Formats: sequence, structure tokens, C-alpha cells
Amino acid sequence: MRLLVSLLLCLCIPAALAAEANAPKLDVGKGGECVKDTQWMRKNHMHMLKHQRNETVRKGVRVEAEAFKACVECHASTSDNSVTAREDSFCVGCHRYAAVKIDCFECHASKRKEALAKKETK
Amino acid sequence: MSDIDTQRRQFLKTSAGAAAIAIAPGMMLYQTAHGDTAEASSKVRWGMLIDTAQCKEGCNDCVTACNKENGLSGKTGTTDSQWIRKIEIKDISNGHTVSLPMMCQHCEHPPCVDVCPTNASFKRADGIVLVDRHLCIGCRYCMMACPYKARSFVHETLEDQNPDVPRGKGTVEACSLCVHRIDKGQIPACAEACQNKAILFGDLNDANSEIHKKVRSVATVQIRADLQLNPGVRYQGL
Repeated sequence: MRLLVSLLLCLCIPAALAAEANAPKLDVGKGGECVKDTQWMRKNHMHMLKHQRNETVRKGVRVEAEAFKACVECHASTSDNSVTAREDSFCVGCHRYAAVKIDCFECHASKRKEALAKKETK
Repeated sequence: MSDIDTQRRQFLKTSAGAAAIAIAPGMMLYQTAHGDTAEASSKVRWGMLIDTAQCKEGCNDCVTACNKENGLSGKTGTTDSQWIRKIEIKDISNGHTVSLPMMCQHCEHPPCVDVCPTNASFKRADGIVLVDRHLCIGCRYCMMACPYKARSFVHETLEDQNPDVPRGKGTVEACSLCVHRIDKGQIPACAEACQNKAILFGDLNDANSEIHKKVRSVATVQIRADLQLNPGVRYQGL
């Protein structure tokens, strides 16, 4: 029994480590956990965004913490204020890795509000 | 009702509940934990009253404010977005001119909503007519249906949009009555910018609101009232 467990462990640990090693290194910006834990968000953020967009656009329910712009505010890179500007930017990095096209930023701002305001005054 | 029927109903109720919990556990728990902010209420009817006597010819403050708030270029070419425009109308028989701002009239029975094939064009519970750009396919039926020529199509790729006002190529857009401001309790940018207070914004249904009282006491008209669309924007002195 003990042999079996150790054998399983031997097999599992490198697999888990390998998955982590292959995962894209992201610039998470300020990051943190404001809505849900990282793993949950990785798996479910798209459902949440879609649910929230209907609530907000069609019914006018605006929950500040769940707003699209709140995601950008926290996760935009601290160096260039963007979630899409570089290969390792928060949204782009993972979506490249997963080969899923995002079209959110054809309409939505991909930069922090303060960065956009600064640009305007220049 | 027979005993079997009752049991059957009970069973269906329970399974529906269980299914709901199984489908979106995270979502439901999250909503409960964080509470919900208010939905747009159907008791409210947002509207505007424009006093053309106060609207100065040549003044463009409302248009400038709108462009700045919503991130429009301010250009007036055939392919540029214009959410509000100033127009001058003249009575040919006596030369009397009136100046007024023209924008989406936020109809109670909006033709743009009737013709939309994807349900993108819709009226919010509080009377604001909007385009859900997530669903808009850019067919522009709504632009053809609108008797006020209020909607614009975005022809070019846009960058650095205002985070509060997402806009993008391939979709139709129009005056949103500054819905993002209204939801924060502010008034639309054009009404705030008008120096002569020619634009009065408020809830037409609220008996205590200034706009409600004024609409009751002075003669106001709706443009193209013959179409019976019941616009939320009314004009005084036309």
C-alpha cells in the first residue's frame, strides 16, 4: 500500500510541477483576490463577465467590484497600465497560451482610467 | 387534485431548485454575499425638456460636453459618430429661427427596437433606449428606422475609449442619456454643460420633479408626435 502511494506521488508531483512550469508568466498588476480565488477565476471569469454584462447593460445593475473596469484597474500592469499591451500582459498572456481570442478590448478600454486621463491632458 | 399530482409537483419543484444550485453555484453565492445594487426601475421615466427660447444660436456647449464625456471625435463627416447635434430651423414665411439640440428622443415605442433582428436595440425599464453592443451585428436597420436620424455607425477601429463608455467598430451607437452618469445619480453631460439651463433633465413620472411640473404647466411638443412614439425628450417654444 505504502509503495503504491509513494509511486502515485512520484508520478503526480512532477506532472503538477510541469504544468506550473509551462503556465504563462503573467504581469498581474496590483493583483490580489477581490472577487474569488485565482483558480476559480481562471476557470469561471468568462461566465462571470457574461452574466454581469447582461445585468449591467440591460438592467442597469452596476456592482462596482464586478465591473469590467474594476478588473482592468487592478490587473493592468503597473509599468504600462495596460492588460493587453505586451506578450505577458494579464489578459493577453493567458489567452495566447490557451489560444482563445478575446474581443472585449475592441470596445472596452484596456488601460487604467488614470492613464487615459493623463494622456488626454498631455 | 389527486395525491399523485401533488407529489409530482413537489418533485418538480425540488428538482428545479436543485438544478439551479447545480448550474451556477458560484454565481448565486457570490450575488448573495455581495448584495445587489438597484436595477433600473420601471416606475421611472427619464426625460428631457428643451427650452428653445434659452438655447442660443451658435452655442455648441452641449455637443462639446457630449463628445468629451463619451469619447467622440467631434468630427461631423458622414462616417463620424454624432450623438447630439445642434440644428437651426427657420419658418420660411416670416424668417423666425429657432436653435435646438437634437439627439435620440428615447421613445416609449422605439422603432429602432422593433426592427432590430438580434435584440441588441432595447429599451431599459426606466425608458432609456440603448444598443447592447455585445449583440449588435452592425446591420444598421435601426438607423434607417429612426425618424430622428439619431444613430451613428462606428466605421473605424477605436482606441483609448472612456472606461465608462465602451464603443467599438462595427456597431451602432447613439445618445445613451449618459446612462453611466444617471446610474451614479448624476445628470447627463449636455444638461450639465448648458449655461442657459435650456436642457432640463429629470423623471417625467415623479410628481415632485421639476420636469414633471413644467411639462404640466407649459406648452411643450414632441417632435413628429404624429408617429405616436411618445418620445421622452420634449421641446418648448417650437
